[in-house]
Amino acid sequence: MKDVNLADYSFTGLERGQIADLRSLDASDKERILHAGVDVESDAASAVFMHMDQSTVHCESRDPGLELLDIKAAMKKYDGLPEYAWKLVPRDKDEFTRNVAENVHGGYFIRTKPGAKIERPVQSCLFLKADGAGQNVHNIVIVEEDSELHILTGCSTAHSATSAAHLGITEYYVKRGGKLTFTMIHNWGVNATVRPRSVGVVEENGVFQSNYVLLNPVGTLQMYPAIHLNGRGAVARFNSVIVAPEGSHVDTGNRVIMNAPETRAEIISRTITTGGTIIARGHIAGHAVPCRGHLECKGLILGGGRMLAIPELDATVEGVDLSHEAAVGKIAQREIEYLMARGMDEAEATSTIVRGFLNVDIMGLDGPLAKAIQEQMEQIDAHGS
Amino acid sequence: MLTIEDLHVSIGEREVLRGINLHIKEGETFILFGPNGSGKTSLLMTLMGFSGYTVTGGRIVFRSQDITQMPMFERARLGIGMSFQRPPTIHGLKTRHLVQQCARGREIDPEALARRVNFEEFLERDINAGFSGGEIKRSELLQLMAQKPGLVLFDEPESGVDLENMQLIGKVVRRLLDGEVDALPGACAKALKCKVRTSGLIITHTGYILDYINADRGQVLFDGRLCCEARPRDILEHIRSYGYQECIKCLNEPGGLQPLEVTRTAS
Ligand SMILES: Nc1ncnc2c1ncn2[C@@H]1O[C@H](COP(=O)(O)OP(=O)(O)OP(=O)(O)O)[C@@H](O)[C@H]1O
Ligand SMILES: [Mg+2]
Repeated sequence: MKDVNLADYSFTGLERGQIADLRSLDASDKERILHAGVDVESDAASAVFMHMDQSTVHCESRDPGLELLDIKAAMKKYDGLPEYAWKLVPRDKDEFTRNVAENVHGGYFIRTKPGAKIERPVQSCLFLKADGAGQNVHNIVIVEEDSELHILTGCSTAHSATSAAHLGITEYYVKRGGKLTFTMIHNWGVNATVRPRSVGVVEENGVFQSNYVLLNPVGTLQMYPAIHLNGRGAVARFNSVIVAPEGSHVDTGNRVIMNAPETRAEIISRTITTGGTIIARGHIAGHAVPCRGHLECKGLILGGGRMLAIPELDATVEGVDLSHEAAVGKIAQREIEYLMARGMDEAEATSTIVRGFLNVDIMGLDGPLAKAIQEQMEQIDAHGS
Repeated sequence: MLTIEDLHVSIGEREVLRGINLHIKEGETFILFGPNGSGKTSLLMTLMGFSGYTVTGGRIVFRSQDITQMPMFERARLGIGMSFQRPPTIHGLKTRHLVQQCARGREIDPEALARRVNFEEFLERDINAGFSGGEIKRSELLQLMAQKPGLVLFDEPESGVDLENMQLIGKVVRRLLDGEVDALPGACAKALKCKVRTSGLIITHTGYILDYINADRGQVLFDGRLCCEARPRDILEHIRSYGYQECIKCLNEPGGLQPLEVTRTAS
């Protein structure tokens, strides 16, 4: 992991005022966050949240089935959220959690009503605009019993060169029979330091589905979100698509701990380095039976870079069913030639294969988000730099 | 359409084609026979431009252009299309998407084309992922229909295909060679007029494909050399009766490539 010195960033003094209408953002900012999947022109969201530098600047729910508040407002309103806040992520886990705990700038508190099926996604955007800014975010998501929620989070810096640090704590609570789909797109730059710390619990028959996309460079990113399946029949699925160009250092993975019978876990990642370093982790633990988990981690090195895959399985009872599949390879010449025989030149053939490999379709995303991803995929320099 | 002159090809150190001369006219279908390992597939791969097939002598001219050193995709764009025997699976690439790409911007209706080869249900599948032998053939034909080449290279259309599908494949190959692939309604007032006859170079061991297409010429490839030019059915008949032994004789005769004595086969 690249060393990070939090003293290099200023964690105070970069407050921002409310932005009533996000369409009033600078055109260049809009363009950047669009690449993180956030479309301010669209009204297809059930709620809209934006955090800029060190303040929540926009927070608006359009659906009576869900509550959206800035985390500080929520803490005030609910007496510090004693059941939820800092219950899954310990304040003193590491220097980043401590830094956030000491000075929370903002973040979202989202809670559904029991039984509410929120069809339109909640759109959230975490944005770093000022050079040298450090951002401390704390998010809490509560999916009440039998309710459904989809959160789209786009995280971005204002420019590809912005030097900034994003520290984000997220705690997810999926109650009995609830379903949370959490889609996150990162659009940072070579000078960005990113340290999310996320943990969730899923109760009986609950489902947690995560989609993660990182196609642009990031200076250093390290995260290892963990989901605890604590109720019978709970399910967790992670799909990640990660591209690391030169200058990127990405240390990421997913962890699922199955503590109850009939739970299932699936972790799938597709990673490509075109010159950067990727550490692709994965951990599935089975502590109750029956339970089933599969970890699939496939990587390609195109041109250069390093790929370190670390899949882990941890079983502590007889009858646990866990498997993993890790592979690092290259694009097969046979596949390129097959497509060239259909008239594609080498670059077209390569990018077609790369797109297929990353297989973002599996996430079932549509609208501007799918388009933004599509555009960025076309930019991937498959030959390395 | 296609002219091959004194073509020598090596795979590594090994010379697999040893002086091939062949001319295929526009709209003509040429059938290639020959024992296992004689170099038939190598000839097709060389025409398509695969790496690993080094041309050490001679040249290939297609549509008046010397394509001997041309990259594969340019040959494809110039109008050479090939059906692969064992195509690779490309994960995440939907058959529909590839079919669309094959058309290179030409307007096509993937559903309608797929219907012709009974392949609609495969459009959303990853290309070649778990396709059976017969499904691969149909998938390859679907892509060729979208590509609409001027010269079709087809390696053993019969292999791995059941009788029912043989009929389907035979008919589709026929249409492909007849240039009848575009079925867009209203695209053409007089269907006959827009037929552009396609040329074909087809490898067969069994000759089943001959029941469906008009193929007037054929030859035997033996040990990297062509011999015994005749009507494909006569060649087939001859091979059935005498095997490929006669070809050695034929090759050894002074003057080289003598035509096959058809009278003898017929008797
Ligand atoms: N990649 C390769 N490396 C080495 N030798 C090869 C390679 N590919 C083909 N050959 C050899 O070249 C010769 C011609 O092979 P080719 O596949 O062209 O034969 P074919 O006429 O198509 O045979 P079949 O009827 O069995 O399909 C064979 O002896 C084969 O072993
Ligand atoms: Mg062969």
